[in-house]
Amino acid sequence: MTALKSPLPNTLPDSAGFYGDFGGRFVPDTLMAPLAELEDAYNKAHADPAFWADYERLLDEFVGRETPLQPMHRLTAQLGGAKIYLKREDLAHTGAHKINNAIGQILLAQRMGKKRIIAETGAGQHGVATATAAAAFGLECIVYMGADDMARQEPNVYRMRLLGAEVVPVTSGSRTLKDAVSEAMRDWVSHVHDTYYLLGSALGPHPYPRMVRDFQSVIGREARAQILAAEGRLPDSIVACVGGGSNAIGIFSGFVDDAQVKLIGVEAGGTAIAKGQHAARFSGGSMGIFQGMKTIILQDTDGQAELTHSVSAGLDYTGVGPEHAYLQALGRAEYTYALDDDAVAALHRLARTEGIICALESAHAVAYAIKTAPALSKDHLMIVNLSGRGDKDIGILRSYEENKKS
Amino acid sequence: MTTKTLRQTLLDARAAKTSAFVPFVMAGDPDMTTSTGILLSLEKSGAAAIELGVPFSDPVADGVTVQQAAERALAAGATLAGVFDMLKQARAQGLAIPVCLFSYLNPIFYMGYDVFARTARDAGAQGALIVDLPPEAAADYLATMKAAGMETVFLCSPTTDPVRLALIDAASTGFVYYVSREGVTGAQTALPTALSEKLADLRAHLTAPLAVGFGISTPAHVAALTGKADAIVVGSALVKTIGEKAADAPAALAAQVKELLAAA
Repeated sequence: MTALKSPLPNTLPDSAGFYGDFGGRFVPDTLMAPLAELEDAYNKAHADPAFWADYERLLDEFVGRETPLQPMHRLTAQLGGAKIYLKREDLAHTGAHKINNAIGQILLAQRMGKKRIIAETGAGQHGVATATAAAAFGLECIVYMGADDMARQEPNVYRMRLLGAEVVPVTSGSRTLKDAVSEAMRDWVSHVHDTYYLLGSALGPHPYPRMVRDFQSVIGREARAQILAAEGRLPDSIVACVGGGSNAIGIFSGFVDDAQVKLIGVEAGGTAIAKGQHAARFSGGSMGIFQGMKTIILQDTDGQAELTHSVSAGLDYTGVGPEHAYLQALGRAEYTYALDDDAVAALHRLARTEGIICALESAHAVAYAIKTAPALSKDHLMIVNLSGRGDKDIGILRSYEENKKS
Repeated sequence: MTTKTLRQTLLDARAAKTSAFVPFVMAGDPDMTTSTGILLSLEKSGAAAIELGVPFSDPVADGVTVQQAAERALAAGATLAGVFDMLKQARAQGLAIPVCLFSYLNPIFYMGYDVFARTARDAGAQGALIVDLPPEAAADYLATMKAAGMETVFLCSPTTDPVRLALIDAASTGFVYYVSREGVTGAQTALPTALSEKLADLRAHLTAPLAVGFGISTPAHVAALTGKADAIVVGSALVKTIGEKAADAPAALAAQVKELLAAA
């Protein structure tokens, strides 16, 4: 494969927000002006070293970066193949990579003079990160969350409320992440002057996919420097779970120019790759326009969003971030999936082998490592992005096991 | 008889110093058979044209009333092809006023612009408004619609700047639809302040005829705006009635529309 001419971080998207055929800005007229205002503010911030100095200071002092790149000695020995490292985003403040983006965007909201922060959340990690950042900056925070997700990620609902955020249940549609995104967009349309929509993944209308990638690219920069320090060479593969795709695009961005590094995204295979039972957009999805972007989505033969399923609320989403669709179309990254059962088994194995309880989302990437590492040579270096910790999932795991028994 | 274009319908209203009354209803809500009856009833009650909603699973520009209508329609099995069949049926039963489809982009993108434009035209639609397709991204769509002889309608809103307004005007062969407030669809008690002035200003800048909608729900609203725009769109207030009356909606809507138009 030939080396890409640096598609990241600043040559793409193009001025209309496209990554090749994907991305763009497909929104009602009422959102065109606020998105243009946001893009303008971000361009100014992007060019201002003081903005990045503030951002990096907060990542250091508040988020606790850098996060470790830890070799998995016992897991590697057990599997008998590739040498596995975990990028420990679960150790960032609030327990997931989501805080990297929340801090970046809250600084932008502050520069724009917006006093009211709104967000959507699936698993609750982005909601918690946003509530945390808003609290630290003294801003009002409202989080939209699917009613079904609120039930399955109850600990995070409580955390958001502890942080002073208002959590609004969304009861329309499938009562999950996509419906929370729609509801946040509706709120934004209705309160554009004082409100900042802090979108949590690398999806939606331009400039969100770019901004979120930029704020998550710290993962890739750190991981690259850390593996070079530890091994004296680049890794052979990078593995990350993909819902909207923010943790994945963050770590991929550090290696995308290194053509010899394989980039692997792991989607949610749910219970099976069959209609309504999964959220693996690259296994059964097709081109569509959804929630402001042109990308690969799961849809029926009438162009309606298809219901999705995953044991992990954070991967349970209809469309993939447009830059992932672009990397897949280019052949630069490849995408596979892990089933619910395999993700849950991977979570257990990592907990018992390495003493790390990871999030169900991240467990999909771990499942891929467990599945593929044995067949790889011992000098294969694999970095798995461990995007979050699993405390929020204790209740789900318990009921998952009870359901399996019955 | 030949159905007028959307554009001519609005221009005629302007010439008569009044406003065309354009109800919005969701196709297939509560079912396709009732929908046919609703369209015919709306025409008899005084509608000059109809905005016919195409149900979509994730309607980001709509408030809860229209969202629920889309959910009811989809639950009853509505599809884009089914909407065309229903419209064809309504035409066969005598519906003569122009119809503008009101849709989100994905069902149309999935069908393909060309198939959509030709099939919609053959079913008896005069034009379409795609809520989440801004004119900046509409080059292919505009060319295809033009080739099929279909009219195009685009939204503008309180936050639209003059540069984009000119773009929207140029892309709108049917009319320009002004979203009267910053928000989603839905009934409200009071109209935005200075709405009449805003409409006068828009008319001075636009070459296309002008419709106004979002939040217009009472006879007083309709009376206040009559003559200020070339068309007045009432949606959620009617959609709410359909949600409550189901199969009895055609008769209930006839009464409601007469009331809405009584003071105009």
